[in-house]
Amino acid sequence: MKDSRETDEKLFDRAEESALVLRAKGGDFEAFDLLVRRCEKRVWTVAWRLLGTREDAENVVQSAFIKALEVLETFRGDSSFCTWVGRIANRKALDVLRRRKRERTSSLDELTTEEDFAPIAHPELLVDWREDPTRGVEREELRRILDSALLQLPVNLRSIFVLRDIEGMDTAQAAAELGISVSNAKVRLLRARLRLREELTKAFGGEALVHHHLEPGGLGGLAAALEDFS
Amino acid sequence: MKPCKDLLAGISDFVDGSASDELCEEIRRHMEGCENCRVVVDTTRRTVQLFKGDELLEELPADFKERLHGSLRDAWLKKNAH
Repeated sequence: MKDSRETDEKLFDRAEESALVLRAKGGDFEAFDLLVRRCEKRVWTVAWRLLGTREDAENVVQSAFIKALEVLETFRGDSSFCTWVGRIANRKALDVLRRRKRERTSSLDELTTEEDFAPIAHPELLVDWREDPTRGVEREELRRILDSALLQLPVNLRSIFVLRDIEGMDTAQAAAELGISVSNAKVRLLRARLRLREELTKAFGGEALVHHHLEPGGLGGLAAALEDFS
Repeated sequence: MKPCKDLLAGISDFVDGSASDELCEEIRRHMEGCENCRVVVDTTRRTVQLFKGDELLEELPADFKERLHGSLRDAWLKKNAH
């Protein structure tokens, strides 16, 4: 497992983790609790960003850690504890998504959707971002912007993006979790990234975007740029 | 030069660094002559990087965090009572 997990590994040395797992398996709750504290932010973030409601995210995170506690003896250390418990939480979150009646129109279980065959929409906002989009934005505000952009995605795009780009799975793993083909996962991932790019460009775009965005009637002067992007 | 829309499908692999050498070269050459595509590739890369950053992981709501650890302690005691 690469990407975000690598940072976890640096923060939490695997040798130290193995020692804590051994202590936990031996009946030491404090050791187990420490393992949970090392992982809980990532597990929470993934659940929250997949599900978008606090109640569901809480249920998933709590039941995932309790499940991990119950079956701790089966954890063999092939992956990190965070990866292992993260996988349990992801599956529970995906189950919730599958159960949601109101999102049936973009069901996670559909192998393909009409959108999967449609041409990929052209990017519309064609301006650079500010040099450092995080500068001058409070961290909480930045999280709100990211969450808001993510929750605008339909669930089939949101789920592949969260598993692939936030949870840190590779495309094949994410496709397997979602029960879709790798090629389908790639198409959805591209659509998700491009749509998020559009949303974040509204927040982080430079002066040109701000100017045109404020003009009555829409993006005004960007029309010429759109013409060129064909 | 290929039309911009023909390069869209390769953007994900390009920003992940998993595109073939041939595709990389094609996209690089295209971007040299196409400012719009350079912007799209650059901002797509930055979009992915922003979401990947550990520093933007969400804090658990404080009341939930307290309940979570309390529930885990209860479950632990229950498990070890058997």
